[in-house]
Amino acid sequence: MKRFEMLVLGGLAAVTVAAACGGGAKPTPPAPQTANVDSAAQAERARQDSLERARQDSLRRAQEEAARLAAQRTADSLAAIGRSADAVKALLATMIHFDFDKANVKSEEASILDQKVAILQANPNLKIRITGNCDERGSDEYNLALGNRRAIAAKQYLVSHGVDAGRIETASNGKEKPIDGGHTEEAWAKNRNDQTDIAAGGDSLKQP
Amino acid sequence: MTRAWVVALTAAAAVPAGGLVPRPLAAQDSTAIDRGVRIGILYRPGVRPGMVVLPGGASTLDSVRAIIARDLDYSDRFELITLPAGDSIRVATAPPPPPAGARGAASAAKTTAGSAGHAGAAATGLNYPLYQALGADFAVAIATPTPDTTVVTVHDVAAGGVRREFRAHVPPLRDPGFRLAVHHVADRILEATLGVAGTAATRVLVVLDGKVYSMDQDATDFALVSAGDRAALSPAWGPDGRRFAYMEFWQGHGRLIVQDVGTGKRSPVATSGQALDFTPAFSPDGKTIAFSRATDEGTDIYTVNYRENCCLQRLTVGRFSDNLSPTYSPDGRRIAFVSTRAGAPQIYVMAADGTDQQLFAPFDYGVTGSSYAPDWSPDGQSVAFHREVGGTYQVFVLDVRTRGVRQLTSLGRNEDPTWAPDSRHMAFVSDRAGFRQIWIVDVETGRIRALVPHSGARLPAWSPRLPETAASTP
Repeated sequence: MKRFEMLVLGGLAAVTVAAACGGGAKPTPPAPQTANVDSAAQAERARQDSLERARQDSLRRAQEEAARLAAQRTADSLAAIGRSADAVKALLATMIHFDFDKANVKSEEASILDQKVAILQANPNLKIRITGNCDERGSDEYNLALGNRRAIAAKQYLVSHGVDAGRIETASNGKEKPIDGGHTEEAWAKNRNDQTDIAAGGDSLKQP
Repeated sequence: MTRAWVVALTAAAAVPAGGLVPRPLAAQDSTAIDRGVRIGILYRPGVRPGMVVLPGGASTLDSVRAIIARDLDYSDRFELITLPAGDSIRVATAPPPPPAGARGAASAAKTTAGSAGHAGAAATGLNYPLYQALGADFAVAIATPTPDTTVVTVHDVAAGGVRREFRAHVPPLRDPGFRLAVHHVADRILEATLGVAGTAATRVLVVLDGKVYSMDQDATDFALVSAGDRAALSPAWGPDGRRFAYMEFWQGHGRLIVQDVGTGKRSPVATSGQALDFTPAFSPDGKTIAFSRATDEGTDIYTVNYRENCCLQRLTVGRFSDNLSPTYSPDGRRIAFVSTRAGAPQIYVMAADGTDQQLFAPFDYGVTGSSYAPDWSPDGQSVAFHREVGGTYQVFVLDVRTRGVRQLTSLGRNEDPTWAPDSRHMAFVSDRAGFRQIWIVDVETGRIRALVPHSGARLPAWSPRLPETAASTP
């Protein structure tokens, strides 16, 4: 197939050269052409048309492909944004934990609050609520005060790192809402925490 | 070995004394006395008067008798005598002598043959020597000559005569006021026999599954009283027993609710609900509620005139320490409370306007366990609270005058005491039976009983003596 095309092209080129050389004095008008020349021109036109069609086809295909790729990219990036918002929310919801009957932020847990500082700074409309929780061992009513102190300890940390105090509400559940109903040291450790919830501005959170 | 040690100790003690005068070996005991602490419930064996509630009457009367007998038993002031065979004893009552009082005969005529003996006895006297032989000092006969009139005759067995007879209105069995009316009868019997006011006509509020429930002091008429869809804590009675308050979780905060017993109407205290408000306590004049408010500055005690929703006053300025759980002295002049100002929570006291704040229950810094939940007794003499001992909680009683502290419980975890109006009984939470529930102890005798078999019941609040809803004395 390829070889045949080459032969045809070679033949046509010979005819053209011969015509140019033969009519050296005056240019040959295109109309009175021989049947041979005519058929050659038709073939040439057909060839050009098909080339054109092929070009347009491939162009169209390329455009479609580009559009498809663009759509894919958009979808991918939207998903990525969604993923990062989820990641931000997950980071924001990470709890900090406390020692028994203590309300001071442990040094090894400060990095969790540092992440919250960064998230709050990257999302100026975000407001949060920090709720302190206690394990079942303490006194019922005292634990409301202790949970409150755990919440304000985290708030003070965030405020001291530049977050506006008006963006942080605090609350306390005392020991009324344990996340682990067990009666083991492990369960108690889980239940001595600050949970952070989004109070406002939680849509399309940006990654810091 | 032990013997040798004791001898050696005696010798050592004797040497500095420089003579043969024996030195006391009770060093530990005297130390304990110096610190005002005694371990365990103090049992005072003594002779309590014998009491018999005489049988007889209709079936409704049986439940009246049963309730009264239980109330008298729960007063912990009598030895309740169970008759070996009720009917045979009844047969053994002395036949009414001819000069029977006209009143006794009239009431006897309306009752059944069985109770006629008692109604007659009301005026004529029982077979006193028999009951005396059974150990009874008092005998109580109950009769219902008409459906809504109950006649109670209190016999003084030792004196061999009727000590008092009174009539009471007891509504029908299914009437919601039935039990309270019977409890009032029991209290009148106690008053007629020993001249002291009882606690039968009282109720206890508890928290169960985050809701407030009410029950009689004998654990009957158990009913939900707070809103069924919100978590509530810390119930507290008003001084007249017609209303109570509690804290309710509401929109991320805590607000105080005052609830009317009669109508069930709930009124939020308007100045509450912006922060976490909890542990309400009524002043004895019923005008003021003291409570704890948790804010960004920690927890502090405030007072508010809840009727006019005005005059919010801050009594403590903790500066990031916590001040909570106020309880008024019965004269209304002082408030005991919990404070973490020295580090661990301990019991403090101040004037009702917040001045003159000082330590109330003495403690050794770093040694004595944290102390919580004070409740001032209605007679003003004691403040009950719970304190951490060896990793768990025990109920203690502070003597207000001497400021000595006595440990009342030692078995299991015991907390959140609340005084009965007689300042002698106390309800508290204990897991001594394997699960947390409300127990009642008579601090005079040490007798203890489980109030209610509901697992998880906590934060009890014992009412004052409740008013009689209907006229009970004709």
